Amino acid sequence: MKFLVCISLVPDTTTKISFVDNDTKFNNDKVQWILNPYDEWYALVRALELKEANGGTVTVVNVGGAENDQVIRKALAIGADDAIRIDAAGELDSYAIAAEIAAVAKSGGYDMILLGKETISYNGSNIGGMVAELTDLPYVSYASKLDMAGNTATIEREIEGGKEVLTVDTPFVISAAKGMAEARIPNMKGIMAAKTKPLQVVAPQGVASLTSVVKYELPPAKSACKMISPDNVEELVQLLHNEAKMI
Amino acid sequence: MAILFLVEIAGGKVKKASFEVASYAAQYGASVGKEAVGLAIGSASEADLAQLGIYGAKKIIHANNAGFDSFDASAYAKAIAEVAGQVNADTIVISQTLTGKAVAPVVSARLKAGIVSGAVGLPDANFVVKKAAFSGKAFAYVKVETPVKVVALVPNSFGASKGDGTAAVEASAIAPAASRITVKEVVRQTGDVAPLPEAELVVSAGRGMKGPENWGIIEDLANVLGATTACSRPVADVHWRPHHEHVGQTGVAIRPNLYIAVGISGAIQHLAGVNQSKCIVVINKDPEAPFFKAADYGIVGDAFEVVPKLTEAIKAFKASQH
Ligand SMILES: Cc1cc2nc3c(=O)[nH]c(=O)nc-3n(C[C@H](O)[C@H](O)[C@H](O)COP(=O)(O)OP(=O)(O)OC[C@H]3O[C@@H](n4cnc5c(N)ncnc54)[C@H](O)[C@@H]3O)c2cc1C
Ligand SMILES: Nc1ncnc2c1ncn2[C@@H]1O[C@H](COP(=O)(O)O)[C@@H](O)[C@H]1O
Repeated sequence: MKFLVCISLVPDTTTKISFVDNDTKFNNDKVQWILNPYDEWYALVRALELKEANGGTVTVVNVGGAENDQVIRKALAIGADDAIRIDAAGELDSYAIAAEIAAVAKSGGYDMILLGKETISYNGSNIGGMVAELTDLPYVSYASKLDMAGNTATIEREIEGGKEVLTVDTPFVISAAKGMAEARIPNMKGIMAAKTKPLQVVAPQGVASLTSVVKYELPPAKSACKMISPDNVEELVQLLHNEAKMI
Repeated sequence: MAILFLVEIAGGKVKKASFEVASYAAQYGASVGKEAVGLAIGSASEADLAQLGIYGAKKIIHANNAGFDSFDASAYAKAIAEVAGQVNADTIVISQTLTGKAVAPVVSARLKAGIVSGAVGLPDANFVVKKAAFSGKAFAYVKVETPVKVVALVPNSFGASKGDGTAAVEASAIAPAASRITVKEVVRQTGDVAPLPEAELVVSAGRGMKGPENWGIIEDLANVLGATTACSRPVADVHWRPHHEHVGQTGVAIRPNLYIAVGISGAIQHLAGVNQSKCIVVINKDPEAPFFKAADYGIVGDAFEVVPKLTEAIKAFKASQH
């Protein structure tokens, strides 16, 4: 079975977010880039587990510039067989990224396209559904469990206050949420092997974005926390009622 | 021209999040002289759907075909795209429930309509919309450049405001496209508290609770408030609490009115999923716990003493209100 795992780069979760150029651009300075946790921990690892159990290949794909290569190698170190980087420059929106991925996905004949449920930077949750539509494949979002029997997948997906169990035949697109797999740490052998695994750079289609970010803004600073004595919880109740109007 | 919004139905009832998108569509529509039209997918009574008029909807198109009961994002998106064409909608508003998050991008790609997901405000005159980004650590203002636009709204970010209209309900013969997905089973948590993504009141606890056997006091507090319970990630990881309760960067992102955090240190990854709550109360025995920096009200104390006292105080307060 051929797996395609879409991987994105995001600022490390502890990064202090700031902006430059009059708050129109994200400040890249001193930012440590990591693989988006949902892509790495769940989508990639589950694809690897299924490949290890049933055979096949796992390809990772990223839309971005050459500066991404080092982080893409981490996915190879964890166990992906090869990588494709679609060499797109500049700020692309979800649609443009999805269209680039869809072009690679269509020409590659993959049985399953896996993504993370969202990037922790843009929080779009967009690309999975868009890739599915652009490749005309079924889409299963927010999956927390994925098992294969032959060409049929049994999937659990999160729904409001519960879960849904469904089946779908390959090929399909799936976005991964917590629970689908356990994160893996690359070992020395993997890191060495990653250095020689193929990382193919392909030219983008050049699909135009449909949206653009005009400005960023940090949330207003929080006013100081009001401290209440543990012996006077009644005061908290009054504050929640009179001041915060929550109860 | 119209503003189309998606009405979601669960268990025969209109979801709360759909009242909010009705309000959003109606308010935006009023500012540009367009009507808010809802597309309701699934079985619900006409009376229930007409109630969306209270929130400003003029018309509800009801796609009541049993085929939609088995959820498939592509089939929903096809129906939405088709109805958007019928009513000549240039803006489509979908709540970011888990269903909405699956459907909205498919609609966007199908119509080649630019999308703002994570929207927390109304579009301005240039169709620039404020959205949450960087897990609540910042906002971005996104401009949509296409003739048709999709707005995916964060639940509980806009609010549902009531007026006194009623909506005309019109049956639609629209049928789902043949689905490639077969739903085998739907398991919903029982009880009548709101599911986490829609909850207005949340009581959450972390490793400070020491073990799953101690969650009784958390549930008691949640019960007097009518709140939904949540937890930090390590607590779900060791199965003290079910996975769907895990909030934060890697769990559910929530935006309740009130978030009470008990025995949670307030790590940045936890805050990422809860920092958009309107009011945060922290109960922690460590005065240095980082969570206090993100809180509105704090109590430094032992949860095992403070929480039962707080529960009693709220009970007494509620009784005094009657
Ligand atoms: C990439 C990444 C993603 C992550 N995603 C998430 C996520 O989505 N959600 C999440 O929650 N975490 C997430 N984490 C983990 C996060 O970093 C923290 O480890 C976690 O939130 C800590 O959980 P906790 O506050 O319950 O436990 P602890 O950090 O152990 O804190 C326990 C707190 O309880 C207090 N306490 C102890 N006893 C008592 C008592 N008797 N009364 C009152 N207070 C008491 C202590 O003072 C302490 O502050 C993530 C981590 C990484 C690296
Ligand atoms: N530049 C990118 N290259 C490859 N995959 C991406 C890229 N950006 C996002 N993705 C994938 O799409 C998922 C959802 O992203 P988003 O819609 O931005 O929340 C991510 O978890 C990745 O799997």
